[in-house]
Amino acid sequence: MAENGWGDAILDNWKDYLRVFFTLATPGTLWLLFFFVVPMVFLFVLSFSSKSIVNGETSVLGYDYLNSFNNYIEAAGTSYLVLLWRAILWSAAATVICLVLAYPLAFGVCFAPQKWRAYLLLLLILPFWINLLIRTYALIQVFRSQGFVNQFLGVFGLGPYEMLYGTGAVIMGLVYVYLPFMVLPLYSTIEKLDKSFLEASLDLGATQARTFWSITFPLTMPGVITGIILVFIPCLGSFLTSDLLGGPNNWMIGNAISNQFGEANNWPFGAALSFILMYATFFVLFIRAMAARRSKGVDA
Amino acid sequence: MNALKPNRRNLLQGGAAALMGLTLMPYKSMAAEEKKLNFYNWDTYIGETTLADFNTATGIEVKMDLFGGNDELFAKLKAGNPGYDVIVPSGNYIQRMVKANMLMQIDHSKIPNFANFDKEFQDAEFDPGRKYSLAYMWGTMGIGYRKSKMKGPLDSWKAVLDSTDYAGRISIQADSEHALGIALKYLGYSWNSTNIVELNKAKDLLIAQKKNIKTFAKDNGQDLLASGEVDLAVEYSGDIAQVVAADADLDYVIPKEGSNRWQDTLAIAAGAPHPENAHAFLNFICDAKANAGIVKTIHFATPNGAARALMDDTYKNNKITFPSEDMLRICDPSLYLGEDAQKVRDDIWTAIQAA
Repeated sequence: MAENGWGDAILDNWKDYLRVFFTLATPGTLWLLFFFVVPMVFLFVLSFSSKSIVNGETSVLGYDYLNSFNNYIEAAGTSYLVLLWRAILWSAAATVICLVLAYPLAFGVCFAPQKWRAYLLLLLILPFWINLLIRTYALIQVFRSQGFVNQFLGVFGLGPYEMLYGTGAVIMGLVYVYLPFMVLPLYSTIEKLDKSFLEASLDLGATQARTFWSITFPLTMPGVITGIILVFIPCLGSFLTSDLLGGPNNWMIGNAISNQFGEANNWPFGAALSFILMYATFFVLFIRAMAARRSKGVDA
Repeated sequence: MNALKPNRRNLLQGGAAALMGLTLMPYKSMAAEEKKLNFYNWDTYIGETTLADFNTATGIEVKMDLFGGNDELFAKLKAGNPGYDVIVPSGNYIQRMVKANMLMQIDHSKIPNFANFDKEFQDAEFDPGRKYSLAYMWGTMGIGYRKSKMKGPLDSWKAVLDSTDYAGRISIQADSEHALGIALKYLGYSWNSTNIVELNKAKDLLIAQKKNIKTFAKDNGQDLLASGEVDLAVEYSGDIAQVVAADADLDYVIPKEGSNRWQDTLAIAAGAPHPENAHAFLNFICDAKANAGIVKTIHFATPNGAARALMDDTYKNNKITFPSEDMLRICDPSLYLGEDAQKVRDDIWTAIQAA
């Protein structure tokens, strides 16, 4: 914020223009309140509720609100812990792969000639113009055993390899979807990186590797952390990728939640599972906050 | 019976919002309904010209929205009907929706074409007296397979549930009803069993077989089969019939242990804004010629005898679409088992996935 001149001006004086400020801020606040807080409160209440019993029969639609912890107790069952563990493990794997792939990519974009950068960034976000479901179907066409990759390998007498319907395919799918979310924050921190630090380090005799680990990487840490959060959290709750690319052992917690809200018609239990996932997410953010404090105020 | 699920939901939200606006508008006269009808249907599940023909015959304009599965249809209507008149739930969902007062009774005096139905479709286990639903299309659940890859005659669920012969070449429907249903039938129980001992045996069988199953397919088993990804796909007869028509190496069998016969139905949603038009539409679809027009497009098995009589022999004699009486006798209908029994099945299904 500090280097942004007119931002300072607004921050200094917003209290002098209260009416303007509230006029501008109210629509957004109401929007968030209505479309974010209200549904969340509803789900939270639902997670402590159960389907009502009418004439000794469990009702299809009715709920008895706020009458049980059963959903949370049930969610602590082995099946759901396994699914949550899978989600954490595979999301972590996807995040690490994203980071390793994205870092050089972000550097590449930063050091590309100025006129190319906008196009390179455009290429990066281009996939978002197509719906995720359609893109996942396209991935299936590419990687299935009679797909384009195997047809190509077949020319050299290799394969066909089974690439879909396993854990590897799910992680690959997650990396494919979320890679841009890693590149963009990295790009914005690397772009701001003062190159004279690098020159100084090299002039003083440090090797390229030493310069990277001691100067470049710590300075781009805020981008790294933001990228990790932007990738890891959506991965945790994803279900489409594991639904379409996974095999019989690839359900994650997101699949269980979507099943409870859909076919199983058990919204209270689905709501409890969602909140457990949210607590897991908060835990990740907490770790990040601790890490941010340790790096002495450098924040993403 | 189609694959595009989650994104259609997004598309439909806009449509529903628009419909909501429609239904809130006051009309000058409620006696004479406006010439409109809101139809909520599966994808690729109506004749090419059916809606236009209905419009020509009655002047009623049909607006069709699409859903991807019964659960989606149910979730959409559960918070109140957003303005749909005619909907297309499967039989077991008719039971569930009747329980939840989500359907309007059909006035049979307005459906003279009801006589066109084969006798067995004039009544139903899931809707005694056909008070809430008319049969739309029906079919069975079985195994679609690639003939050239078979190691012997295929006549049992054993090949997909209890054998390593086709390890990694098998797909099974990805939902608790069908995955557990076929296992129950293989073990000699009812498709609709609620006996926990039987259900647990089915669960153990599926868990033990998981290493040989390539994937639990979300209604795209026919695509996996057609593209050579699997050699055995547990799927709906109608979906397999479509890929068999394009590839002579594929075929379909209902295993000797028996299976499931399903029925999709036409029903009128409670709170439908145009009930008169809805009855007119139902009657039109039961008309022999109109119904045959639908079947010519979608190739599913029609319960409408008069319409079937108008079709060519290739359709009428199709063994996949119309299995023998003996086979149908050992196929159980899909029934709604109640919320508690449904929950037991869904818990088992999650345990299978997490095992």
